[in-house]
Amino acid sequence: MKKLEAIIRKSKFEDVKNALYEAGIEWFSYWDITGLGKSTEEQIVRGQVFQSSYIHRRMISIVVRDINLDKTLDAILDSAWTGETGDGKIFIYDIQDTVRIRTRESGPEALFNKE
Amino acid sequence: MKRNIIVLSVLSLFSIQALTAQTPLPRIAPGINTGDTAWMIVATAFVLLMTIPGLALFYGGLVRRKNVLNVFMQCFIIVAAITIEWIVCGYSLSFGSSKGFLAPYIGGFHWAFLNNINITDLSPYFVSHSQIGLDGKAVGTIPHLAFIMYQCMFAIITPALIIGAFAERINFKGFLVFTILWALFIYNPVTHWIWSTDGWLNKLGTLDFAGGIVVHVNAGIAAIITAIMLGKRRDYKGHAIPPHNITYVVMGAGLLWVGWFGFNAGSGLAADGLAVNALMVTHVAGSVAALTWVMLDWIIDKKPTLIGISTGAIAGLAAITPAAGFVGITGSIFIGVIVSVICFCMVAYIKPRLGYDDSLDAFGVHGIGGILGALLTGVFASPLIQSAYSGAIYGNYKQLLIQFIAVLATIIYSGIGTFILFKLTEKVIGIRATDKQEAIGLDESQHGETAYNNFD
Repeated sequence: MKKLEAIIRKSKFEDVKNALYEAGIEWFSYWDITGLGKSTEEQIVRGQVFQSSYIHRRMISIVVRDINLDKTLDAILDSAWTGETGDGKIFIYDIQDTVRIRTRESGPEALFNKE
Repeated sequence: MKRNIIVLSVLSLFSIQALTAQTPLPRIAPGINTGDTAWMIVATAFVLLMTIPGLALFYGGLVRRKNVLNVFMQCFIIVAAITIEWIVCGYSLSFGSSKGFLAPYIGGFHWAFLNNINITDLSPYFVSHSQIGLDGKAVGTIPHLAFIMYQCMFAIITPALIIGAFAERINFKGFLVFTILWALFIYNPVTHWIWSTDGWLNKLGTLDFAGGIVVHVNAGIAAIITAIMLGKRRDYKGHAIPPHNITYVVMGAGLLWVGWFGFNAGSGLAADGLAVNALMVTHVAGSVAALTWVMLDWIIDKKPTLIGISTGAIAGLAAITPAAGFVGITGSIFIGVIVSVICFCMVAYIKPRLGYDDSLDAFGVHGIGGILGALLTGVFASPLIQSAYSGAIYGNYKQLLIQFIAVLATIIYSGIGTFILFKLTEKVIGIRATDKQEAIGLDESQHGETAYNNFD
């Protein structure tokens, strides 16, 4: 099992979500994040224009079976891409184990419904 | 009930007859005008609404999330503390009279603790509605206590406006002591100068209908002095630190606008045509200034911002304050446009170059707005509104000079006074928050509470 953590543009979130659905990935968590980096964003407060170092992005966290890793990765790469600096990054981790609380199933079976 | 109606109709017949016959009026014990009094009670509540929650939200939204409760608390404690100060001696020092050479500069203590004031007393202060009392002196048509409580709300909001200058870096104890000293030694005398019948600027003929000089210039100057003396916030980089909650800012500006109707339209101390004129010009100037600011935003910085429209409205409302009972619709439109353009330039271009950190532009908006409004009152005051007063465009250049003198005197007194009180507070109990307190935020370091929790 693998976990993908993708930092994507907020503007690309709907596209990524749809691409993941099409790839058969139906559940994941996401949250808004603020970070610092090379790029800056212009901000205006009471007529003062300045470069803000804060960058606003959305993070998606998905745990998939090994067989689904490539298609999940492709779905995100294709849908989150604009070609401009700041498209984001994807981090991939190994998952030691998964346990479904309701049935106590563990391992890859806990990640999808057999019914 | 029926009997009352009969009595009233007889009374009114009698007064009409008395007027038409031109005979001297018989001495009738003066009474309150219920319409005026009802409006003043409502107006008093409106002006309280300006401080909490109006100003608290407006300023609270503009700071970072770690300091929002501190700003709310500052507004709230000012309401409580200044009310006590006002009852103890503030009202007496502001609107009372003293004997000897001090009479034009400060009131005495004969109304301290509201001593010698009964609930049946009529207000010695009035603008358009007055009557002759049994002792032959003119009195107003509302209870004296209504005037005291109405003015109490002005005494509250003035120091609350200064919060915008020192927000996010002041020690709470130092703030509280400084604020009470400021209300005692700066607000009370300046109010006496301009609004007391004994005041030297009042006798000079200063026009300040609802506190453009007393409230806004006074607080604005105190704001810039405290901002400079307190130094910059540790994270200030020469430009505004982005606000944490713009919805609060907009709600606060909206409540301030509503409250301003009580502030300006109540300052005639009567429910009459003058009050309605004040309400109308207040509304128009606020609208014009909001629109002007947002247009500047849109044209220069490409986007119409919510902070822009809110700030513009506040600048316009501050500027129309001294003028509300003297200018007509034309004057209010000019005042709205002029103040918005100048305040915009002030906060967008001039302030960043000067390098002082007026956190929430208390000086740039209230100070500059108040100064411009006070001067422009001397320009646009129209004899069509109050026949006794006219400004420079009606040929009365002297009025502009008087306004200038009043503004200058307030700037000098408030500036020097604030400097002294600040130094005193700093030396005796300390006023700047420590670097660590400032870094973790004043909510937690000063009050042990946080605004937005991550848990249920």
